[in-house]
Amino acid sequence: MTTASTTRKKRSIRPGVWISFVVLMALALLWVYPFVWMISASFKTNIELLNKGLNLIPESLNFDAYRRAWVDAHFDTYFMNSVITTGATIILVVIRCSLAGYVLGMYNFRGKTLILTVLLVTFFVPTGTTLIPTVALSRDLGLLNTQAGLILALAGGGQVASTLLYKGFFEQTPHELMEAGEIDGASFVRIFVSIMLPLTGPITATTVVMTFMGAWNNFMLPLVFTFSNTALRTLPVGMMVFSKGDTVDYAGQCAAALLSIAPIVLVYVFCQKYFVSGIAGAIKA
Amino acid sequence: MTKQPSLRRSKTPYGWIYLFLAPTLILFTLYTLYPIGATVWYSLTSMRSFTSKNVQFVGLANYIALFKDKQFLNSLSVTGRFLLMVVPARFFLSLVMALLLNWKMCKWKTFFRTMFFLPVLTTSAVIGVVFIMLLDPTMGPVNAIFAMLGLQDLSKVSLLGTSATALGTAGVIWVWKWLGNSLIYWIASLQSVPEELYEAAKIDGANAWQTFKSIVTPLLLPFAVIILVLTVSDAIRVFNLMLTLTNGGPFYATETVEVFIYRHAFQSTSPRMAYASAAATIFGVFFMIIVLLQRGITAALRKGGKTA
Repeated sequence: MTTASTTRKKRSIRPGVWISFVVLMALALLWVYPFVWMISASFKTNIELLNKGLNLIPESLNFDAYRRAWVDAHFDTYFMNSVITTGATIILVVIRCSLAGYVLGMYNFRGKTLILTVLLVTFFVPTGTTLIPTVALSRDLGLLNTQAGLILALAGGGQVASTLLYKGFFEQTPHELMEAGEIDGASFVRIFVSIMLPLTGPITATTVVMTFMGAWNNFMLPLVFTFSNTALRTLPVGMMVFSKGDTVDYAGQCAAALLSIAPIVLVYVFCQKYFVSGIAGAIKA
Repeated sequence: MTKQPSLRRSKTPYGWIYLFLAPTLILFTLYTLYPIGATVWYSLTSMRSFTSKNVQFVGLANYIALFKDKQFLNSLSVTGRFLLMVVPARFFLSLVMALLLNWKMCKWKTFFRTMFFLPVLTTSAVIGVVFIMLLDPTMGPVNAIFAMLGLQDLSKVSLLGTSATALGTAGVIWVWKWLGNSLIYWIASLQSVPEELYEAAKIDGANAWQTFKSIVTPLLLPFAVIILVLTVSDAIRVFNLMLTLTNGGPFYATETVEVFIYRHAFQSTSPRMAYASAAATIFGVFFMIIVLLQRGITAALRKGGKTA
């Protein structure tokens, strides 16, 4: 009786499983097609691309587009700029957010409610609203058209989510740990650095990958910060400049595009779970 | 906030606390608080560029001019139509896909999730540039595929270069780019539904639709509101993709509010900072209203759920 009903159930489920699998597979192909086309195009010559743009397998593996993107279109410089600005932004964000999150999570103090309210109210203020004065301020401070200015703007604005992430974590952390440190005579800073910070592994990892994605892909700020200093362009800005240039080099643009996304795809492959927890965090706030 | 007894300790180390808060307070003041106030202040002046001399207070003149400016009204309309197209598409398509992916029987979950997440990882500038190529009517594969399918008329259209199709095309690309994000939101929400509830429904003889309707939907409602607002707030800030894909063209057909602000502040040879700031202020206020609306609805739903 029970075996009969389970086999019947299995049979009735199977077509559904297959249909949903086929639907998902069709959608997945639609999602990767632009990437596959891009990879294939990056190995073609521009003439082959114009005549046989549909073929996904290039006639021969031609690496010249990568050379043109890297050397002629200055993606070597853009790549280094992106690495430096992103790296420095991550370090600044982790330091400032863990410090603030630590005291906000661990202590009750005068002004705490005010600080939290202001953070929450400005959580969603769009860059479009703050952009003009940010540029004006950076200009007055002599930071416009400098890498340091760009990094400060990237790490300075917002970052409310990461601060609250650290705060939430430290609220859950047992205070006995801190008290044990105090009994041992450890200073405030020492307790934070040697006892508390090492506990934040997953939180810090999430902050690092989310900041990485935000800074590496940021477009508006690097765009307006590098108007008069083209040597500081990051990959996304370089990408737009390359595509709007005088010579039309489609294969070169595809190679440049792949060079721009390779690092973040690699990071994703190894740190998938932190990307997922970082993004899923948005709906739990 | 959970109040722990140990929080009421004898001495609060104020010095250390404010020292730890200092970097955040300083950066936040410089790069968030000051710019918000300054945008509002600029919007009430006659400032044209950062080097303007003789900047005067002009009251609401910029706002009055904005609402008489056909291009600003156009940018509001473009943003509105864009929202109406992409928000339901991204919201429901991602929900259906998440239900499929969350299904126990589903195979290759990680593979699918990775595929759908690739465009989320990719910077909008790259997506813009690549889609300009893909949709190029002379060499792009999309038009070639239309021709192969016998759609000769469609195959000759430059989808991004024609006013009638540009915004819709940008909308499709935008949904394609961000869907993976929504997928993660939905999967996380679905996983917050306790497994026992499904088991209980099964024992009661509920089918998949009944389970979804009476168990999953009420529990998902608060998440759905948040996901909806996140989707709306993403869609309003569509600047990056639009700038690289169409630069607001052709003939302002895809000029959203942020592109309008950018054009008046940074792209023009005779910038109008005050004017752009007024637009930025309206944009920010509009944005905050949506967020507050969500806060209100979520709070009401949570309250309603508790009393029920």
